[in-house]
Parts: sequence; structure tokens; C-alpha cells
Amino acid sequence: MSKQVKQLDRVIIRFAGDSGDGMQLTGDRFTQESAVFGNDLVTLPNFPAEIRAPQGTLPGVSSFQVHFADHDILTAGDAPDVLVAMNPAALKANVGDLPKGAAIIVDTHDFTKRNLDKAGYDVNPLDLLGDANDPLGEFAVQPVDLTGMTVEAVKEFGLSRKDAARAKNMFALGLLSWMYGRPTDPTIAFLEKRFAKVADIRDANITAFKAGWNFGETTETFVVQYEIKPAPMSQGTYRNITGNLALSYGLVAAGVQSGLPVFLGSYPITPASDILHELSKHKAFGVTTLQAEDEIAGIGAAIGASFAGSLGVTTTSGPGIALKSEAIGLAVMTELPLLVIDVQRGGPSTGLPTKTEQADLLQAMYGRNGEAPVPIVAPQSPGDCFDAALEAARIAITYRTPVMLLSDGYLANGSEPWRIPEVADLPTIDPNFATERNQTVVAKDGTETEEYWPYLRDEDTLARPWAIPGTPGLEHRIGGIEKAKGTGNISYDPANHDYMVRIRQAKVDRIADSLPPLQVDDPSGEAKVLVIGWGSTYGPIGAGCRRVRKAGFNVAQVHLRHLNPFPKDLGEILKRYDKVLCPEMNLGQLSLLLRGKYLVDAIGYNQVNGMPIKAAALAEAIGGLVAEAEGVTVDLTPASIGTEASQ
Amino acid sequence: MTTSTELPFPGLRSGVELVPTNDQPQTGKEYTSGQEVRWCPGCGDYAVLKAVQGFLPELGLRRENIVFVSGIGCSSRFPYYLDTYGMHSIHGRAPSIATGIATAREDLSVWVVTGDGDALSIGGNHLIHALRRNVNMTILLFNNRIYGLTKGQYSPTSEAGKITKSTPMGSLDHPFNPVSLALGAEGSFVARTIDSDRKHLTSVLSAAAAHRGTSFVEIYQNCPIFNDGAFDAIKNNDTKADAIIPLVHGAPIRFGTEGSKGLIRDSESGGVKVVEVADVGEDAILVHDAYNADPTTAFAISRLTDSGYLNQSPIGIFRQVERPTYDDGARGQIASSQAAAPGDPSERLAKLIGGGDTWTVV
Repeated sequence: MSKQVKQLDRVIIRFAGDSGDGMQLTGDRFTQESAVFGNDLVTLPNFPAEIRAPQGTLPGVSSFQVHFADHDILTAGDAPDVLVAMNPAALKANVGDLPKGAAIIVDTHDFTKRNLDKAGYDVNPLDLLGDANDPLGEFAVQPVDLTGMTVEAVKEFGLSRKDAARAKNMFALGLLSWMYGRPTDPTIAFLEKRFAKVADIRDANITAFKAGWNFGETTETFVVQYEIKPAPMSQGTYRNITGNLALSYGLVAAGVQSGLPVFLGSYPITPASDILHELSKHKAFGVTTLQAEDEIAGIGAAIGASFAGSLGVTTTSGPGIALKSEAIGLAVMTELPLLVIDVQRGGPSTGLPTKTEQADLLQAMYGRNGEAPVPIVAPQSPGDCFDAALEAARIAITYRTPVMLLSDGYLANGSEPWRIPEVADLPTIDPNFATERNQTVVAKDGTETEEYWPYLRDEDTLARPWAIPGTPGLEHRIGGIEKAKGTGNISYDPANHDYMVRIRQAKVDRIADSLPPLQVDDPSGEAKVLVIGWGSTYGPIGAGCRRVRKAGFNVAQVHLRHLNPFPKDLGEILKRYDKVLCPEMNLGQLSLLLRGKYLVDAIGYNQVNGMPIKAAALAEAIGGLVAEAEGVTVDLTPASIGTEASQ
Repeated sequence: MTTSTELPFPGLRSGVELVPTNDQPQTGKEYTSGQEVRWCPGCGDYAVLKAVQGFLPELGLRRENIVFVSGIGCSSRFPYYLDTYGMHSIHGRAPSIATGIATAREDLSVWVVTGDGDALSIGGNHLIHALRRNVNMTILLFNNRIYGLTKGQYSPTSEAGKITKSTPMGSLDHPFNPVSLALGAEGSFVARTIDSDRKHLTSVLSAAAAHRGTSFVEIYQNCPIFNDGAFDAIKNNDTKADAIIPLVHGAPIRFGTEGSKGLIRDSESGGVKVVEVADVGEDAILVHDAYNADPTTAFAISRLTDSGYLNQSPIGIFRQVERPTYDDGARGQIASSQAAAPGDPSERLAKLIGGGDTWTVV
């Protein structure tokens, strides 16, 4: 039979199943296929904190959403066009997110009385399809016995029924790959490598994957195949990359570009552990990874390594930062280069370990005793984590200071196509170790001696010299007690303390001299409303602004890489606009800082539900402000922006 | 490279083997920083500082390759008074900082100076994990059985029932025995010495520096202000013969006036016990074996330390065994990885970030 081919400009698919069903892998493979095909894409993995939550229950549902398009997109999409549900719980947990008309592909196999009970279904919704009271009546539902067909397809390999059924995710992947014309070779190559040591499992997965494809192609259940053309992208070589991987590569690159060995002291914590895992593979670059006994020892070892001349790094999430606070203060006082990476998650306390949030900004800014300024940088997308890590290293090494890098759970696990940079284009960082004594001291009798003063400062950067052990003649002691200006000896002198508090702050403020001007995206140049953000909200804010502009209205966007110090032109930019909106996944932390520093009425748009902000809802808020500022009526209905509004 | 101490394990590596040596004789004065020493008059810390300043020149290392790290407490001011590299860090964390230094650099001799509160209370976790990993460093634990810098609260080694500012009705805490703890934490070198016995202190420091791995040295140290006399029984000439159980590798463990007392194995408890040598005969007396791979006997001997007022305590090197060190292993993994992946780092970086499934847009 002939199949129809329909052109689409973008699709959002959500794979959902039990946390043991391999949905993350399925979504990741579909993503890789789409990336290689050349679509632009953004992904949103969403999984429970439990490794294996009770099977078949709502809390045990794991999902992976991928948004791919023939043009450049910014978010993983507000609502899926297609839901693949592997069991009743996956259907129930996700159906509420679907817009009218969405397609649902359901594995009927697990719709048993027991599983329906677990998911809280009194009646099997699949039994009501087409009825007057069909609860899924708004959707195009395709019930398919994915598991049954998988078991049948792989029976030649003699696996147990349980093992055979586990390949059902590959059957589903094959079917979706057919539907959207994805290339299959990368996944077959992946499966061959992944299961190289277990031939029967390898063959079963590949067979299930192919069977899924063939099922789509040959049966009459699916009559439409969709085509989403590659997106135009600027010249270069690309790969799909998650934030945690890009961040790890950025740290390796920081070592290469500075010539310093990287030393990571870390304690496992979700969602930061993957950075520890990744860096532990790169010993050939001179990267040392120490899995410490606790968060404090992780940063302690990193500080020790920095003192000894390495680039000390510690990686954690919010609860770990709380534990490391005192040690960060030590690094502030000893003025040693150190990278503190916080992959933020839902808080407070243990909070939501696998969900995203931006609520550690004030902790990063102020969460220490005393006046302890720490520079803060934040990446805005998964691929941008690479550049953010290099920038954090530049600041840490140049200014001899701990630097906080604020990633988050969404950036960490989400992915996007990343244009691989040329190594020759990466910045180089000069550690500029001290090798000579730096101060001539004249005794009362006129005799001169050369001394090494560890707290003499560079006039431009206000950074102190970094003399590492093994350098003769520069032996010195540093520590957490207040230092005398210049000599670095212990000092309890009141005037000296006041001076040192101010000079440490001035040093961090001085970093602003090295920052490029902010890029304000204001296409018409006539916007009265500015939307300002930081971190992973870049995508939703950009998509929200696009919707507003598509409807014919003006809005400007600026996104902050540096949160401490702020870029020098920020104050002037804020004053240029009548209204400033600050969307954040917290209760208003950046807006508090902006209000405090610039006396500007930054209006918060705050969402703290563990998920990325949705572009459509944010666009409504932006539209409301535009209406107020310009005295116009803002209509953002699909009719006014077109159904193809980019996200 | 040589040190003043012969290694007990021929062919094995010394704790300072990879540290550059000095070709000129050094003096204690060179190791004295310009900082005014600010301990209380009569503090046992002075004696230890003098001993260390006297001992370091003997070690013969380049001064710039020595690093002292401390936490918080009276003893932790130590690095300020030595003209080496040093860090006076934060409470309890010195072993973790020293772990970073020792792992990052094979050419440094790394020392930790800590106290009973710093090492055993707030920093207990780091201490046991440093010992477990066997990072190449020497930990000097100054045990005065009291909190000095915070002015006189009981410490984790204070005897139960101790009346202090924070325990007016007597402390309810059972104390740690630092040596037992270190042995339980897989310590490969565990010793105890006394601040006022410079000769013994120096000999233990020499052996500790020569040991490759974490060397743990408990130093009994008198606090004249808040816990004066805590170690009088082992310092007083009239009582010390009965109070100190001297541990010398290869020698029968005897003490008391004219060695009248000794240790034998106690079949009833499985441990060791004190007997009159005359009652059991000289041949029955336990011969100390610090190199025994099994720490059981060393632990049993450590239990002869009084947990209350100190009337009896074994002094010397309890255990000294070879075990792979964490830092050598970590550097070894890096060295073998680098040997397997030669070439320009920039080219290798380009290959790394350009790996995985890629596509090119022209």
C-alpha cells in the first residue's frame, strides 16, 4: 500500500514509560538520529529520583521529550504533539499535558487489571475508544501491542520472556523512526557497541528496532509518514550534547588552555554526578578526580590542589554548596583559583533531586559568613556550558578567586546541537605563577632585603601573586585568619580589616572591566519592555519574545552570563526601558539583586515547579506588560501569530 | 635520595623519596619564620615546634618542597611559625586539603598539624578517610585532652566525668583513644609520643617522614592553662617507669622499675595484659612487632591506654606496614593514561570534543 508523506516544520514527541522501561535511552537515541539528520532540537528528560520507583505506578513514570524542527528552536516545547505511552501510568501521568488533537501511541500489552489499578484507572480507557464517553476522545489514539510484537520478533534468540520484552523500547523507537524518517544506522551502530559483549541481547535489540520500523512501513495501522527537513544552521561541524557533558569538556579545555592540571574533588550528588563520571575518563589530559568522603572534603582537596598549582574544581548541587560554604570562604580569604560548580535542583533541603530550579542564586551570592564576594557565571543552554566553564576558569585564574558556576538540572540533562568549536579559537589563560620575590624591605640600618609578599596586588586586576610550593625563596603561609595588607601575615588591626574587606570586594568588582558589552536583542529598536534573565530560562524567554514579536509587538531581551559582578552597561540598559520583566525559576532572586543595585522596578515572573518555564504562558505575561507600556491591546492567540510560532 | 632514617622495608619507597633534597646543610633557624609565637607560656606546643624545627634540617629536603597544613585550634597556629609553605585552614579540614596537595604533587613533603578537637571531633571524617586512603602525608595530632582556643571545654579525648565550663556536672562523653581509632581506620603508620621527650619525639617524626603513606602520630601535649597535669604520671620521674609502656620493634614489651612488668597475650580476653615478669618468665613476654600485617595485636596494646586519668599508656610506634598509597595510585593512573595517549594536548582536545555522532553543515 502507498503511504502518505506529510511535511511538518516541527514536532514535539514525548516518550513515557516505567522508570525501568528505558525511556531515557529511547529518547536519547531518537535525539541522536534527529541530530545526525540535521534538525535543530532541544530535549527535556524528566525522571523520578528513585532508581526503580514501584513498577507501574504514577511516581515511577519516566519521560523524555524531544522537540525537533526545520528551523532554529529554543525550548523543548510546551506541549507534546505525540505521546508514546508504554503503560497505563505513563498515559495517565502525561495525558493532561497534551493539546487537543495530539497523537497517542499506546502499548496495549500492559493495560491489565493490575496495572490499571496501580495507575488509578477504574475502567480501561482503551475499551472506551470511540464511545460517546471516550476519555481520550480529543486525541488520535493508536493502540498497538508493542510488547507482544517485540517478544514475537525476538523469539529466535531464545531469551527469557522478561528479557525479550525489555527490547520493546527499541521496537517503539523503530516505529517512531519510521514515522519521522529518521536515519537508523546510528542506532544500529550504537546497539552493536553497547551490547557488544552479549550477543543475544544485542541481536534482540537490533531486531526489535528493525521490526518496529518495518511494522510502521508495512501495516495499515500507520498511514502517514512525516517529513521534517533539516534546519539551516551556520557552517560547522555539530554534535548533540548535554549540559553536563559540555561542562566536563569545558573543564578539560580549561586545563589545556591554561596548562594547569585539573583537579576535581567531588562527592556524588544528583544532578551533578555525571561531571565526576565524565572527568574521571580524562586522565590522559592530566585530570585528577577524587571522589571524596563528603562535600567538604571534595572542596578541601580542590583548594589544596589549587594551592599546589592545579586548577581546583568541585562539582555539586545546592545541598552540597550549603556544606561547602565555609571552605568557599577560605578560598575567598586565601585568594586561590577555584571553580565551584552548582548544578541546581529543586530545594530547599533534599528538595527535588531530579528536577530543575534556579533558586541557588542568592546562596551563591551571599551564602557565606562575612563579606565574601564570589564571582558568578551561568550558562544559558546545554552547549553553552562549555564556554561558561572556560569563562569561569579565566576569571578564577586571572583574579585568584573562587568562581561559582550555576548550571541547573534542565541544562545538565537536556541537550541541543552544539557547533564544535575550533580549539585554536578558544581563549588561552595564563596562570602567571610568581617566581621572584616582589618586595624590597629596608631595615632601620638601611640594609635592603628582598621578600615575597603574598598579598601584594596587581594594579589592574587587584589579584595577588600565586606562588606554588617548590618555588624557592617564596615560602609563605596563608589561611583563613585576616591577612595584613601586602605581607599576608596575621592581622587583627581594625583599619587593615576594613581595607581588606573592601579590596576583596573591589577585586571582584574589577572583573567587570574584562567583560564584553551586553547584547540586547531588540530587533525593532522600539521596545518599551525588556525581558531579562539568566541561566536556562534563555530558551523559554527567547521563545516567548518571538511569539510576542510574531504578533507584531515590540519586546527586547537581554540575558546575563555574569551575575557577579554585573556587566558595566547593565544599569544603563535597564534604564532605557519602561518596564523590565525578570522570569526566573525561583521566587525573584535576580529581580531582588537588580532592584537592590539599580533601583529598577524589575517585575518577577516566577515559577518554581521543578520544570522549565513554558514559552506560551510567559509570552502572555510579556504581552500584558507590552499592552500596559504601549497602551495597546495585545492579542497572542494562534490566529494572530500563526500556528507555526517558533519556540 | 636519602633520609636520616633507614627504611624497615628494603627496596620500598620512602615517604620523601620523590621530594628534592637540599645539597647544603640546613639549620633550625632557616625553618623559623619571622612571626612571633603566640602560645601561652609553658604550652607543650613550644617543645614540639622546637623539635620539628630541629628535625626538619636533618630530613635534608629542600625547604620550598615542604608544606604544613593545619586546621583550627591552638596547635593549628603551627604553620605560621615555620618558614616553609603552609596553610592554616578551617576547622577539621586539614586532612582533606593535604590530600589535595599530596595527590597533586609527588615532589612535596606534606604535614598536617591538628589537635584532639580538630582531628577527632569536627574533622573526624576526614581523618579516618585520609588514613584509609593512605595518602602520603604525616599527621601530627597534638592531644591535650581539652579545648584550649575556645577556653576550656571538654574534648573528644577528655576523660568521662570531666568538669569543664560546658560540663559543670561532669562530661557524659566516653573518650576516643586516638591510636585505637587510627588502627581501626586502616592506618599504616600509627605512633604515640610525648611533647617533653624530644629524643623520642624526633625519632618518631623521622620514622613517620620516612613512611610512605599516611603516618599518624599522637603527641601527648600539656595545656598548662586548661588541663595542666593531664600527663603528669607519664612525665614525673617517680611514676613514669610504671606509666609508660615503651614499644620498640623487636624488643620484649617490658616496663616498670627495672622492667619488672611486661605484656603477655591474654587467652581469656583475646587481648594482651600486664603481668609481673617474674610470675611468667622472660620468654613469655610479648615481643613487639610493628611490622605485623595484622593490626590485631597493635590494637590490643592500644587498649592498655587509660581512658580516665592517664596512669598508663603505651608509647612508641604501634604499627608500621607498607600499603599502596592513594596519591601514588592516582598519579600512576594518570601517567599510564598519558603514556597510552601521546600527542599534542590541543589536538587531543579537538578529537575529544569532536567525537560522538557528528554532522557537518557546509
